[in-house]
Amino acid sequence: MGPPMPDTRQPPLLIIGVGNPFRGDDAAGLLAVRQLHSAGLASAQIVEHSGEGASLMEAWKGARAVILIDAVNSGGRPGTICRLDPANKPLPAERFQGSTHAFSIPQAIEMARALNELPAQVVIFGIEGKNFHAGTELSKEVNDALPELVRHVLEEAASIETTLRNGE
Amino acid sequence: MKSRTIKVDYLARVEGEGALFVKIRGDKVEDVKLKIFEPPRFFEAFLRGRRYSEAPDITARICGICPIAYQMSAVHAMEDAFGVKVEGPLRDLRRLIYCGEWIESHVLHIYMLHAPDFLGVPDAIHLAREHPQIVQRGLQLKKAGNEIVTVLGGREIHPINVRVGGFYRVPTRGELAPLLERMKWARDAAIETVRWVATLPFPEFEQDYTFVSLRHPDEYPFNEGRLVSNRGLDISVREYDDHFTEEHVEHSNALHSVLKPNTPYFVGPLARYNLNFDRLSPLAQEESRAAGLAEGCRNPFQSIIVRSVETLQACDEAVRLIERYERPDKPRVPVHPRAARGYACTEAPRGTLYHRYRIDESGTIREAKIVPPTSQNQKTIEQDLWQFVPQHLHESQDKLRWQCEQAIRNYDPCISCATHFLKLNLDRE
Repeated sequence: MGPPMPDTRQPPLLIIGVGNPFRGDDAAGLLAVRQLHSAGLASAQIVEHSGEGASLMEAWKGARAVILIDAVNSGGRPGTICRLDPANKPLPAERFQGSTHAFSIPQAIEMARALNELPAQVVIFGIEGKNFHAGTELSKEVNDALPELVRHVLEEAASIETTLRNGE
Repeated sequence: MKSRTIKVDYLARVEGEGALFVKIRGDKVEDVKLKIFEPPRFFEAFLRGRRYSEAPDITARICGICPIAYQMSAVHAMEDAFGVKVEGPLRDLRRLIYCGEWIESHVLHIYMLHAPDFLGVPDAIHLAREHPQIVQRGLQLKKAGNEIVTVLGGREIHPINVRVGGFYRVPTRGELAPLLERMKWARDAAIETVRWVATLPFPEFEQDYTFVSLRHPDEYPFNEGRLVSNRGLDISVREYDDHFTEEHVEHSNALHSVLKPNTPYFVGPLARYNLNFDRLSPLAQEESRAAGLAEGCRNPFQSIIVRSVETLQACDEAVRLIERYERPDKPRVPVHPRAARGYACTEAPRGTLYHRYRIDESGTIREAKIVPPTSQNQKTIEQDLWQFVPQHLHESQDKLRWQCEQAIRNYDPCISCATHFLKLNLDRE
Protein backbone atom coordinates (compact mmCIF):
# COMPACT_ATOMS: atom_id res chain seq x y z
CA MET A 1 0.00 0.00 0.00
CA GLY A 2 1.18 3.53 -0.75
CA PRO A 3 1.81 6.26 1.78
CA PRO A 4 -1.08 7.12 4.11
CA MET A 5 -3.33 9.88 2.91
CA PRO A 6 -3.46 12.99 5.08
CA ASP A 7 -6.56 13.60 7.12
CA THR A 8 -8.07 17.10 7.20
CA ARG A 9 -10.94 19.18 8.72
CA GLN A 10 -13.50 18.41 11.03
CA PRO A 11 -16.13 20.30 12.99
CA PRO A 12 -17.01 18.70 16.34
CA LEU A 13 -20.62 17.98 15.34
CA LEU A 14 -21.76 16.96 11.90
CA ILE A 15 -25.43 16.80 11.00
CA ILE A 16 -26.02 14.86 7.79
CA GLY A 17 -29.33 14.76 5.97
CA VAL A 18 -29.49 11.78 3.64
CA GLY A 19 -31.82 11.28 0.72
CA ASN A 20 -32.72 11.67 -2.91
CA PRO A 21 -34.73 14.81 -3.70
CA PHE A 22 -36.45 13.07 -6.61
CA ARG A 23 -37.67 10.03 -4.72
CA GLY A 24 -40.75 11.18 -2.85
CA ASP A 25 -40.39 10.74 0.91
CA ASP A 26 -36.74 9.81 0.51
CA ALA A 27 -36.10 13.57 0.44
CA ALA A 28 -37.18 13.91 4.10
CA GLY A 29 -33.62 13.86 5.48
CA LEU A 30 -32.55 16.62 3.09
CA LEU A 31 -35.60 18.77 3.81
CA ALA A 32 -35.07 18.37 7.56
CA VAL A 33 -31.46 19.59 7.52
CA ARG A 34 -32.37 22.55 5.31
CA GLN A 35 -34.51 23.79 8.20
CA LEU A 36 -31.57 23.63 10.61
CA HIS A 37 -29.51 26.39 9.02
CA SER A 38 -31.44 29.14 10.76
CA ALA A 39 -31.41 27.39 14.12
CA GLY A 40 -28.11 28.88 15.34
CA LEU A 41 -26.26 25.69 16.14
CA ALA A 42 -22.86 26.93 17.27
CA SER A 43 -20.51 24.10 16.45
CA ALA A 44 -22.43 22.03 13.95
CA GLN A 45 -21.73 21.60 10.28
CA ILE A 46 -24.78 20.72 8.23
CA VAL A 47 -24.41 18.49 5.19
CA GLU A 48 -26.75 17.09 2.55
CA HIS A 49 -25.74 13.68 1.32
CA SER A 50 -26.85 11.01 -1.15
CA GLY A 51 -26.24 8.26 1.39
CA GLU A 52 -23.52 6.47 -0.56
CA GLY A 53 -21.69 4.67 2.22
CA ALA A 54 -18.01 5.11 1.39
CA SER A 55 -18.28 8.87 1.02
CA LEU A 56 -20.41 9.01 4.18
CA MET A 57 -17.48 7.43 5.99
CA GLU A 58 -15.21 10.11 4.55
CA ALA A 59 -17.67 12.82 5.49
CA TRP A 60 -17.78 11.91 9.18
CA LYS A 61 -14.13 10.86 9.54
CA GLY A 62 -12.61 12.73 12.45
CA ALA A 63 -15.90 14.23 13.66
CA ARG A 64 -16.57 13.76 17.38
CA ALA A 65 -20.32 13.45 16.99
CA VAL A 66 -22.63 12.77 14.07
CA ILE A 67 -26.37 13.03 13.67
CA LEU A 68 -27.78 11.30 10.58
CA ILE A 69 -31.30 11.91 9.33
CA ASP A 70 -32.83 9.59 6.77
CA ALA A 71 -36.13 8.19 5.59
CA VAL A 72 -36.67 4.56 6.53
CA ASN A 73 -38.98 1.83 5.38
CA SER A 74 -39.71 -0.69 8.10
CA GLY A 75 -43.40 -1.18 7.52
CA GLY A 76 -44.41 1.18 10.31
CA ARG A 77 -46.86 4.04 10.24
CA PRO A 78 -45.73 6.74 7.77
CA GLY A 79 -44.34 9.78 9.57
CA THR A 80 -43.23 7.80 12.63
CA ILE A 81 -39.88 9.01 13.94
CA CYS A 82 -37.32 6.66 15.43
CA ARG A 83 -34.03 7.33 17.17
CA LEU A 84 -31.18 4.85 16.89
CA ASP A 85 -27.87 4.82 18.70
CA PRO A 86 -25.55 2.65 16.59
CA ALA A 87 -22.40 3.63 18.47
CA ASN A 88 -23.44 1.21 21.19
CA LYS A 89 -25.16 -1.56 19.24
CA PRO A 90 -25.42 -2.71 15.63
CA LEU A 91 -28.17 -1.22 13.53
CA PRO A 92 -31.27 -3.25 12.78
CA ALA A 93 -30.37 -3.60 9.11
CA GLU A 94 -33.87 -4.63 8.08
CA ARG A 95 -35.13 -1.19 8.99
CA PHE A 96 -32.89 0.23 6.27
CA GLN A 97 -33.49 -2.74 3.98
CA GLY A 98 -29.77 -3.05 3.43
CA SER A 99 -28.19 -6.00 1.73
CA THR A 100 -24.85 -6.90 0.25
CA HIS A 101 -25.87 -5.15 -2.97
CA ALA A 102 -25.89 -1.62 -1.68
CA PHE A 103 -23.33 0.18 0.39
CA SER A 104 -25.41 2.53 2.42
CA ILE A 105 -25.84 3.84 5.97
CA PRO A 106 -25.90 0.54 7.92
CA GLN A 107 -22.92 -0.81 5.98
CA ALA A 108 -21.03 2.45 6.42
CA ILE A 109 -21.65 2.38 10.18
CA GLU A 110 -20.54 -1.22 10.54
CA MET A 111 -17.51 -0.79 8.31
CA ALA A 112 -16.43 2.30 10.21
CA ARG A 113 -16.80 0.29 13.40
CA ALA A 114 -14.66 -2.53 11.92
CA LEU A 115 -11.97 -0.01 10.97
CA ASN A 116 -12.14 1.89 14.29
CA GLU A 117 -13.32 5.00 12.51
CA LEU A 118 -16.79 5.34 13.94
CA PRO A 119 -17.21 8.72 15.67
CA ALA A 120 -17.64 8.41 19.43
CA GLN A 121 -21.20 9.59 19.23
CA VAL A 122 -23.58 8.67 16.42
CA VAL A 123 -27.32 9.21 16.50
CA ILE A 124 -29.64 8.35 13.63
CA PHE A 125 -33.10 9.82 13.26
CA GLY A 126 -35.27 7.82 10.91
CA ILE A 127 -38.61 8.92 9.60
CA GLU A 128 -40.94 6.28 8.23
CA GLY A 129 -41.69 7.00 4.58
CA LYS A 130 -44.79 6.12 2.62
CA ASN A 131 -44.08 6.91 -1.00
CA PHE A 132 -40.67 6.41 -2.60
CA HIS A 133 -41.69 6.69 -6.23
CA ALA A 134 -39.92 9.04 -8.63
CA GLY A 135 -41.13 12.56 -7.98
CA THR A 136 -40.64 15.55 -5.75
CA GLU A 137 -43.82 15.32 -3.65
CA LEU A 138 -43.68 14.32 0.00
CA SER A 139 -46.55 12.28 1.43
CA LYS A 140 -48.82 14.24 3.75
CA GLU A 141 -47.81 12.06 6.69
CA VAL A 142 -44.10 12.73 6.25
CA ASN A 143 -44.65 16.41 5.51
CA ASP A 144 -46.72 16.77 8.68
CA ALA A 145 -44.07 15.01 10.75
CA LEU A 146 -41.14 17.12 9.52
CA PRO A 147 -41.43 19.85 12.20
CA GLU A 148 -41.35 17.22 14.94
CA LEU A 149 -38.33 15.58 13.29
CA VAL A 150 -36.52 18.92 13.18
CA ARG A 151 -37.39 19.53 16.84
CA HIS A 152 -35.91 16.16 17.84
CA VAL A 153 -32.73 16.86 15.88
CA LEU A 154 -32.33 20.31 17.45
CA GLU A 155 -32.77 18.91 20.95
CA GLU A 156 -30.22 16.20 20.25
CA ALA A 157 -27.78 18.69 18.73
CA ALA A 158 -28.14 21.04 21.72
CA SER A 159 -27.50 18.18 24.10
CA ILE A 160 -24.43 17.05 22.13
CA GLU A 161 -23.09 20.60 21.96
CA THR A 162 -23.40 20.93 25.73
CA THR A 163 -21.56 17.66 26.21
CA LEU A 164 -18.81 18.72 23.79
CA ARG A 165 -18.48 22.12 25.49
CA ASN A 166 -18.06 20.46 28.84
CA GLY A 167 -15.26 18.41 27.33
CA GLU A 168 -16.81 15.09 28.09
CA MET B 1 -41.47 -32.75 -10.55
CA LYS B 2 -39.26 -30.81 -8.22
CA SER B 3 -39.86 -27.14 -8.62
CA ARG B 4 -37.80 -24.25 -7.36
CA THR B 5 -38.30 -20.54 -7.54
CA ILE B 6 -35.62 -17.97 -6.87
CA LYS B 7 -36.86 -14.52 -6.22
CA VAL B 8 -34.85 -11.46 -5.31
CA ASP B 9 -36.86 -8.35 -4.60
CA TYR B 10 -35.05 -5.11 -4.76
CA LEU B 11 -37.44 -2.25 -4.69
CA ALA B 12 -38.68 -2.98 -1.23
CA ARG B 13 -40.41 0.34 -1.31
CA VAL B 14 -42.43 -0.52 -4.37
CA GLU B 15 -44.61 -3.33 -3.30
CA GLY B 16 -44.67 -6.53 -5.30
CA GLU B 17 -42.01 -5.46 -7.73
CA GLY B 18 -39.66 -8.38 -8.15
CA ALA B 19 -36.17 -7.65 -9.31
CA LEU B 20 -35.18 -11.19 -10.14
CA PHE B 21 -37.40 -14.17 -10.62
CA VAL B 22 -36.01 -17.51 -11.74
CA LYS B 23 -38.25 -20.55 -12.09
CA ILE B 24 -36.73 -23.99 -12.22
CA ARG B 25 -38.54 -27.25 -12.97
CA GLY B 26 -36.43 -30.34 -12.42
CA ASP B 27 -33.13 -29.60 -14.08
CA LYS B 28 -34.53 -27.01 -16.44
CA VAL B 29 -34.79 -23.24 -16.13
CA GLU B 30 -38.31 -22.31 -17.19
CA ASP B 31 -38.35 -18.60 -16.66
CA VAL B 32 -36.06 -15.67 -15.92
CA LYS B 33 -37.56 -12.28 -15.28
CA LEU B 34 -35.39 -9.38 -14.33
CA LYS B 35 -36.25 -5.87 -13.38
CA ILE B 36 -33.40 -4.06 -11.82
CA PHE B 37 -33.75 -0.64 -13.25
CA GLU B 38 -36.49 1.86 -13.59
CA PRO B 39 -36.05 3.95 -16.72
CA PRO B 40 -35.72 7.67 -15.98
CA ARG B 41 -39.14 8.54 -17.39
CA PHE B 42 -39.86 10.94 -14.56
CA PHE B 43 -36.79 12.97 -15.48
CA GLU B 44 -37.60 12.97 -19.18
CA ALA B 45 -40.98 14.47 -18.31
CA PHE B 46 -39.46 16.80 -15.71
CA LEU B 47 -37.05 18.22 -18.33
CA ARG B 48 -39.76 19.21 -20.78
CA GLY B 49 -40.30 22.95 -20.63
CA ARG B 50 -36.98 23.60 -18.83
CA ARG B 51 -34.09 25.61 -20.21
CA TYR B 52 -31.40 23.70 -22.12
CA SER B 53 -28.91 24.95 -19.54
CA GLU B 54 -30.73 23.15 -16.71
CA ALA B 55 -30.31 19.68 -18.21
CA PRO B 56 -26.83 18.94 -16.79
CA ASP B 57 -27.79 19.65 -13.18
CA ILE B 58 -31.23 18.05 -13.36
CA THR B 59 -30.07 14.82 -15.00
CA ALA B 60 -27.11 14.63 -12.59
CA ARG B 61 -29.70 13.86 -9.93
CA ILE B 62 -30.71 10.62 -11.63
CA CYS B 63 -27.71 8.84 -10.17
CA GLY B 64 -25.98 9.44 -6.85
CA ILE B 65 -22.93 7.51 -8.00
CA CYS B 66 -22.42 8.79 -11.52
CA PRO B 67 -23.71 12.40 -11.72
CA ILE B 68 -20.78 13.41 -13.97
CA ALA B 69 -21.81 10.89 -16.62
CA TYR B 70 -25.27 12.45 -16.77
CA GLN B 71 -23.80 15.96 -16.89
CA MET B 72 -21.41 14.96 -19.66
CA SER B 73 -24.03 13.31 -21.86
CA ALA B 74 -26.30 16.33 -21.32
CA VAL B 75 -23.70 18.98 -22.21
CA HIS B 76 -22.45 17.07 -25.24
CA ALA B 77 -25.99 16.59 -26.54
CA MET B 78 -26.73 20.32 -26.16
CA GLU B 79 -23.45 21.25 -27.83
CA ASP B 80 -24.28 18.85 -30.65
CA ALA B 81 -27.62 20.65 -31.07
CA PHE B 82 -26.08 24.13 -31.09
CA GLY B 83 -22.98 23.33 -33.13
CA VAL B 84 -20.59 24.07 -30.25
CA LYS B 85 -17.16 22.48 -30.06
CA VAL B 86 -15.28 22.36 -26.75
CA GLU B 87 -11.57 21.80 -27.18
CA GLY B 88 -8.16 22.20 -25.56
CA PRO B 89 -7.91 22.57 -21.79
CA LEU B 90 -11.71 22.70 -21.35
CA ARG B 91 -12.02 19.35 -23.07
CA ASP B 92 -9.16 18.03 -20.92
CA LEU B 93 -10.93 19.17 -17.77
CA ARG B 94 -14.01 17.25 -18.82
CA ARG B 95 -11.93 14.14 -19.31
CA LEU B 96 -10.30 14.75 -15.95
CA ILE B 97 -13.57 15.04 -14.04
CA TYR B 98 -14.79 11.89 -15.80
CA CYS B 99 -11.59 10.14 -14.64
CA GLY B 100 -12.53 11.13 -11.10
CA GLU B 101 -15.97 9.61 -11.44
CA TRP B 102 -14.68 6.39 -12.99
CA ILE B 103 -12.22 6.00 -10.12
CA GLU B 104 -14.89 6.63 -7.47
CA SER B 105 -17.49 4.39 -9.04
CA HIS B 106 -15.22 1.53 -10.07
CA VAL B 107 -13.39 1.42 -6.75
CA LEU B 108 -16.66 1.39 -4.82
CA HIS B 109 -17.82 -1.58 -6.84
CA ILE B 110 -14.50 -3.45 -6.82
CA TYR B 111 -13.84 -3.19 -3.09
CA MET B 112 -17.21 -2.77 -1.43
CA LEU B 113 -19.59 -4.76 -3.60
CA HIS B 114 -17.81 -7.20 -5.88
CA ALA B 115 -14.67 -8.47 -4.13
CA PRO B 116 -16.57 -10.06 -1.21
CA ASP B 117 -18.28 -12.37 -3.75
CA PHE B 118 -14.97 -13.93 -4.70
CA LEU B 119 -13.49 -14.05 -1.21
CA GLY B 120 -16.35 -16.00 0.29
CA VAL B 121 -17.30 -13.33 2.81
CA PRO B 122 -20.85 -12.00 3.04
CA ASP B 123 -19.94 -8.36 2.58
CA ALA B 124 -17.27 -5.68 2.69
CA ILE B 125 -17.67 -5.29 6.46
CA HIS B 126 -16.34 -8.81 6.94
CA LEU B 127 -13.60 -7.98 4.46
CA ALA B 128 -12.71 -4.92 6.54
CA ARG B 129 -12.46 -7.06 9.68
CA GLU B 130 -10.23 -9.65 8.02
CA HIS B 131 -8.18 -7.43 5.71
CA PRO B 132 -8.44 -3.86 6.97
CA GLN B 133 -5.40 -2.72 4.98
CA ILE B 134 -7.00 -3.82 1.69
CA VAL B 135 -10.25 -2.04 2.47
CA GLN B 136 -8.37 1.07 3.56
CA ARG B 137 -6.55 1.12 0.23
CA GLY B 138 -9.91 0.92 -1.54
CA LEU B 139 -11.36 3.74 0.53
CA GLN B 140 -8.33 5.98 -0.06
CA LEU B 141 -8.33 5.25 -3.77
CA LYS B 142 -12.02 6.07 -4.00
CA LYS B 143 -11.36 9.25 -2.08
CA ALA B 144 -8.70 10.29 -4.61
CA GLY B 145 -11.40 10.07 -7.29
CA ASN B 146 -13.75 12.10 -5.11
CA GLU B 147 -11.14 14.81 -4.80
CA ILE B 148 -10.96 15.33 -8.57
CA VAL B 149 -14.74 15.61 -8.71
CA THR B 150 -14.76 18.00 -5.75
CA VAL B 151 -12.07 20.30 -7.18
CA LEU B 152 -13.58 20.42 -10.68
CA GLY B 153 -17.22 19.87 -9.85
CA GLY B 154 -17.37 22.47 -7.11
CA ARG B 155 -18.51 19.97 -4.50
CA GLU B 156 -18.31 16.30 -3.76
CA ILE B 157 -21.96 15.34 -3.87
CA HIS B 158 -23.98 16.57 -6.82
CA PRO B 159 -21.30 18.61 -8.55
CA ILE B 160 -22.57 21.89 -9.96
CA ASN B 161 -19.70 23.41 -11.89
CA VAL B 162 -20.29 21.74 -15.28
CA ARG B 163 -22.25 23.72 -17.87
CA VAL B 164 -23.03 23.65 -21.56
CA GLY B 165 -19.95 25.12 -23.29
CA GLY B 166 -17.53 24.36 -20.46
CA PHE B 167 -17.52 25.20 -16.77
CA TYR B 168 -18.76 27.96 -14.50
CA ARG B 169 -15.25 28.30 -13.15
CA VAL B 170 -12.00 26.61 -14.12
CA PRO B 171 -9.21 25.85 -11.64
CA THR B 172 -5.80 27.50 -11.68
CA ARG B 173 -2.72 25.31 -12.17
CA GLY B 174 -2.01 25.82 -8.50
CA GLU B 175 -5.41 24.47 -7.52
CA LEU B 176 -4.83 21.31 -9.54
CA ALA B 177 -1.25 20.87 -8.30
CA PRO B 178 -2.11 19.00 -5.05
CA LEU B 179 -4.11 16.53 -7.13
CA LEU B 180 -1.01 15.51 -9.05
CA GLU B 181 0.74 13.87 -6.10
CA ARG B 182 -2.57 12.34 -5.06
CA MET B 183 -3.12 10.83 -8.50
CA LYS B 184 0.41 9.46 -8.61
CA TRP B 185 -0.33 7.72 -5.33
CA ALA B 186 -3.65 6.57 -6.77
CA ARG B 187 -1.95 5.18 -9.87
CA ASP B 188 0.26 2.99 -7.66
CA ALA B 189 -2.74 1.93 -5.60
CA ALA B 190 -4.59 1.09 -8.82
CA ILE B 191 -1.70 -1.11 -9.96
CA GLU B 192 -1.87 -2.91 -6.62
CA THR B 193 -5.61 -3.27 -7.11
CA VAL B 194 -5.19 -4.91 -10.53
CA ARG B 195 -2.63 -7.31 -9.11
CA TRP B 196 -4.83 -8.12 -6.14
CA VAL B 197 -8.05 -8.85 -8.05
CA ALA B 198 -6.10 -10.94 -10.58
CA THR B 199 -5.53 -13.48 -7.77
CA LEU B 200 -9.26 -13.99 -7.09
CA PRO B 201 -10.89 -17.27 -8.14
CA PHE B 202 -13.28 -16.90 -11.10
CA PRO B 203 -15.98 -19.29 -12.25
CA GLU B 204 -15.60 -20.41 -15.84
CA PHE B 205 -18.36 -18.68 -17.72
CA GLU B 206 -17.63 -17.33 -21.17
CA GLN B 207 -20.39 -16.15 -23.46
CA ASP B 208 -20.49 -14.94 -27.03
CA TYR B 209 -21.59 -11.37 -26.34
CA THR B 210 -22.35 -8.47 -28.62
CA PHE B 211 -20.24 -5.72 -27.07
CA VAL B 212 -21.08 -2.07 -27.74
CA SER B 213 -19.10 1.00 -26.73
CA LEU B 214 -17.73 4.28 -27.97
CA ARG B 215 -14.48 4.22 -29.87
CA HIS B 216 -12.30 7.25 -30.38
CA PRO B 217 -9.41 7.58 -32.86
CA ASP B 218 -6.82 8.29 -30.17
CA GLU B 219 -8.28 7.84 -26.72
CA TYR B 220 -9.78 5.25 -24.45
CA PRO B 221 -13.39 6.40 -24.67
CA PHE B 222 -14.98 8.80 -22.21
CA ASN B 223 -16.76 11.68 -23.90
CA GLU B 224 -16.61 11.15 -27.61
CA GLY B 225 -16.34 8.68 -30.43
CA ARG B 226 -18.34 6.47 -32.72
CA LEU B 227 -20.53 3.66 -31.45
CA VAL B 228 -19.01 0.36 -32.44
CA SER B 229 -19.57 -3.33 -31.75
CA ASN B 230 -17.62 -6.54 -32.25
CA ARG B 231 -20.23 -7.48 -34.88
CA GLY B 232 -19.48 -4.69 -37.30
CA LEU B 233 -21.60 -1.83 -35.99
CA ASP B 234 -19.85 1.48 -36.62
CA ILE B 235 -22.18 4.48 -36.42
CA SER B 236 -22.25 8.07 -35.33
CA VAL B 237 -24.14 8.75 -32.11
CA ARG B 238 -26.78 10.60 -34.15
CA GLU B 239 -27.75 7.25 -35.68
CA TYR B 240 -28.39 5.62 -32.28
CA ASP B 241 -32.17 5.43 -32.66
CA ASP B 242 -31.83 3.82 -36.09
CA HIS B 243 -30.00 0.89 -34.56
CA PHE B 244 -31.20 0.55 -30.97
CA THR B 245 -34.65 0.35 -29.52
CA GLU B 246 -36.29 -0.22 -26.18
CA GLU B 247 -38.62 -3.21 -26.03
CA HIS B 248 -41.52 -3.16 -23.68
CA VAL B 249 -41.42 -6.31 -21.58
CA GLU B 250 -44.85 -7.65 -20.90
CA HIS B 251 -44.27 -9.26 -17.51
CA SER B 252 -43.02 -6.06 -15.93
CA ASN B 253 -42.81 -2.34 -16.46
CA ALA B 254 -39.20 -2.72 -17.53
CA LEU B 255 -37.85 -1.69 -20.87
CA HIS B 256 -35.13 -3.81 -22.42
CA SER B 257 -32.80 -2.15 -24.89
CA VAL B 258 -31.88 -4.23 -27.91
CA LEU B 259 -29.83 -3.82 -31.02
CA LYS B 260 -32.43 -3.96 -33.79
CA PRO B 261 -34.18 -6.17 -34.56
CA ASN B 262 -33.83 -8.13 -31.32
CA THR B 263 -30.24 -8.66 -30.17
CA PRO B 264 -29.29 -8.20 -26.54
CA TYR B 265 -26.01 -6.36 -26.14
CA PHE B 266 -23.44 -5.60 -23.49
CA VAL B 267 -22.20 -2.14 -22.48
CA GLY B 268 -19.70 -1.20 -19.78
CA PRO B 269 -16.11 -1.98 -18.82
CA LEU B 270 -15.94 -5.39 -20.49
CA ALA B 271 -17.34 -3.98 -23.76
CA ARG B 272 -15.00 -0.98 -23.70
CA TYR B 273 -12.02 -3.19 -22.95
CA ASN B 274 -12.80 -5.64 -25.74
CA LEU B 275 -13.33 -2.88 -28.28
CA ASN B 276 -10.60 -0.48 -27.16
CA PHE B 277 -7.70 -2.48 -25.74
CA ASP B 278 -5.36 -0.71 -28.18
CA ARG B 279 -6.44 2.67 -26.75
CA LEU B 280 -5.40 1.84 -23.18
CA SER B 281 -2.21 3.49 -21.95
CA PRO B 282 0.95 1.37 -22.20
CA LEU B 283 0.92 1.00 -18.41
CA ALA B 284 -2.70 -0.20 -18.34
CA GLN B 285 -2.02 -2.61 -21.21
CA GLU B 286 1.05 -3.98 -19.47
CA GLU B 287 -0.77 -4.51 -16.18
CA SER B 288 -3.76 -6.17 -17.79
CA ARG B 289 -1.51 -8.61 -19.62
CA ALA B 290 0.35 -9.32 -16.38
CA ALA B 291 -3.02 -9.91 -14.73
CA GLY B 292 -3.65 -12.69 -17.22
CA LEU B 293 -6.27 -10.88 -19.25
CA ALA B 294 -5.98 -11.38 -22.96
CA GLU B 295 -6.88 -8.51 -25.27
CA GLY B 296 -10.35 -9.96 -25.24
CA CYS B 297 -12.25 -11.09 -22.16
CA ARG B 298 -15.66 -12.77 -22.31
CA ASN B 299 -16.10 -13.82 -18.72
CA PRO B 300 -18.30 -11.23 -16.97
CA PHE B 301 -17.05 -12.40 -13.56
CA GLN B 302 -13.64 -11.07 -14.59
CA SER B 303 -15.14 -7.63 -15.05
CA ILE B 304 -13.64 -6.90 -11.62
CA ILE B 305 -10.18 -7.12 -13.23
CA VAL B 306 -11.29 -4.98 -16.16
CA ARG B 307 -12.74 -2.39 -13.78
CA SER B 308 -9.39 -2.32 -12.00
CA VAL B 309 -7.56 -1.87 -15.31
CA GLU B 310 -9.92 0.99 -16.17
CA THR B 311 -9.28 2.51 -12.75
CA LEU B 312 -5.57 2.40 -13.53
CA GLN B 313 -6.26 3.91 -16.95
CA ALA B 314 -8.24 6.74 -15.33
CA CYS B 315 -5.47 7.44 -12.78
CA ASP B 316 -2.80 7.35 -15.48
CA GLU B 317 -4.84 9.65 -17.70
CA ALA B 318 -5.53 12.01 -14.80
CA VAL B 319 -1.80 12.36 -14.12
CA ARG B 320 -1.19 13.24 -17.78
CA LEU B 321 -4.07 15.71 -17.93
CA ILE B 322 -3.03 17.50 -14.74
CA GLU B 323 0.61 17.70 -15.84
CA ARG B 324 -0.20 19.38 -19.14
CA TYR B 325 -2.96 21.65 -17.84
CA GLU B 326 -2.80 25.35 -18.69
CA ARG B 327 -5.69 27.42 -17.44
CA PRO B 328 -7.80 28.60 -20.38
CA ASP B 329 -8.56 32.33 -20.71
CA LYS B 330 -12.28 31.70 -20.48
CA PRO B 331 -14.10 28.97 -18.57
CA ARG B 332 -16.46 28.29 -21.45
CA VAL B 333 -17.09 28.85 -25.11
CA PRO B 334 -20.13 30.90 -26.19
CA VAL B 335 -23.38 28.99 -26.67
CA HIS B 336 -26.22 30.26 -28.86
CA PRO B 337 -29.33 28.11 -28.55
CA ARG B 338 -31.38 27.40 -31.65
CA ALA B 339 -34.16 25.06 -32.63
CA ALA B 340 -32.40 21.74 -33.09
CA ARG B 341 -31.99 18.16 -32.00
CA GLY B 342 -28.92 17.11 -30.07
CA TYR B 343 -27.50 13.67 -29.46
CA ALA B 344 -24.71 12.35 -27.25
CA CYS B 345 -23.30 9.17 -25.87
CA THR B 346 -20.61 9.20 -23.24
CA GLU B 347 -19.11 6.29 -21.35
CA ALA B 348 -20.45 6.24 -17.82
CA PRO B 349 -18.61 3.89 -15.47
CA ARG B 350 -21.35 1.30 -16.09
CA GLY B 351 -21.44 1.82 -19.86
CA THR B 352 -22.81 3.93 -22.66
CA LEU B 353 -25.23 6.64 -21.57
CA TYR B 354 -27.39 8.08 -24.35
CA HIS B 355 -29.12 11.49 -24.22
CA ARG B 356 -31.24 13.03 -26.94
CA TYR B 357 -32.97 16.41 -26.78
CA ARG B 358 -35.23 18.49 -28.97
CA ILE B 359 -34.80 22.18 -28.26
CA ASP B 360 -36.92 25.03 -29.56
CA GLU B 361 -35.69 28.40 -30.84
CA SER B 362 -35.88 29.95 -27.34
CA GLY B 363 -33.63 27.26 -25.84
CA THR B 364 -36.45 25.38 -24.13
CA ILE B 365 -36.36 21.60 -23.97
CA ARG B 366 -39.34 20.14 -25.84
CA GLU B 367 -38.37 16.50 -25.67
CA ALA B 368 -35.79 14.48 -23.75
CA LYS B 369 -34.75 10.88 -24.07
CA ILE B 370 -32.30 9.17 -21.72
CA VAL B 371 -31.09 5.58 -22.01
CA PRO B 372 -28.84 4.59 -19.10
CA PRO B 373 -26.34 1.74 -19.30
CA THR B 374 -28.15 -0.49 -16.83
CA SER B 375 -31.33 -0.57 -18.89
CA GLN B 376 -29.21 -1.56 -21.89
CA ASN B 377 -27.62 -4.45 -20.01
CA GLN B 378 -30.81 -5.88 -18.51
CA LYS B 379 -31.53 -8.29 -21.31
CA THR B 380 -27.94 -9.52 -21.39
CA ILE B 381 -28.04 -10.15 -17.64
CA GLU B 382 -31.20 -12.22 -18.13
CA GLN B 383 -29.42 -14.19 -20.84
CA ASP B 384 -26.50 -14.82 -18.49
CA LEU B 385 -28.88 -16.20 -15.88
CA TRP B 386 -30.54 -18.51 -18.43
CA GLN B 387 -27.06 -19.97 -19.06
CA PHE B 388 -25.64 -19.75 -15.57
CA VAL B 389 -28.40 -21.28 -13.46
CA PRO B 390 -28.53 -24.71 -15.18
CA GLN B 391 -24.80 -25.16 -14.48
CA HIS B 392 -25.38 -24.61 -10.75
CA LEU B 393 -28.61 -26.45 -10.03
CA HIS B 394 -26.83 -28.80 -7.63
CA GLU B 395 -26.20 -25.93 -5.23
CA SER B 396 -28.40 -25.23 -2.24
CA GLN B 397 -31.16 -22.68 -2.62
CA ASP B 398 -29.24 -20.06 -0.64
CA LYS B 399 -26.01 -20.58 -2.51
CA LEU B 400 -27.76 -20.51 -5.87
CA ARG B 401 -29.55 -17.29 -4.99
CA TRP B 402 -26.29 -15.76 -3.93
CA GLN B 403 -24.65 -16.87 -7.19
CA CYS B 404 -27.49 -15.30 -9.15
CA GLU B 405 -26.93 -12.05 -7.30
CA GLN B 406 -23.26 -12.35 -8.14
CA ALA B 407 -24.04 -12.83 -11.83
CA ILE B 408 -26.10 -9.63 -11.70
CA ARG B 409 -23.41 -7.78 -9.77
CA ASN B 410 -20.94 -8.47 -12.59
CA TYR B 411 -22.68 -5.64 -14.40
CA ASP B 412 -22.47 -3.19 -11.50
CA PRO B 413 -26.12 -2.39 -12.09
CA CYS B 414 -27.30 1.00 -11.08
CA ILE B 415 -29.77 -0.28 -8.53
CA SER B 416 -28.57 1.84 -5.70
CA CYS B 417 -29.69 4.90 -7.62
CA ALA B 418 -33.31 3.94 -7.69
CA THR B 419 -33.54 4.06 -3.93
CA HIS B 420 -30.97 3.40 -1.27
CA PHE B 421 -32.44 0.13 -0.26
CA LEU B 422 -33.11 -3.29 -1.52
CA LYS B 423 -34.61 -6.36 -0.04
CA LEU B 424 -33.96 -9.98 -0.75
CA ASN B 425 -36.67 -12.60 -0.60
CA LEU B 426 -36.46 -16.28 -1.12
CA ASP B 427 -39.59 -17.96 -2.28
CA ARG B 428 -39.70 -21.74 -2.54
CA GLU B 429 -42.56 -23.47 -4.29
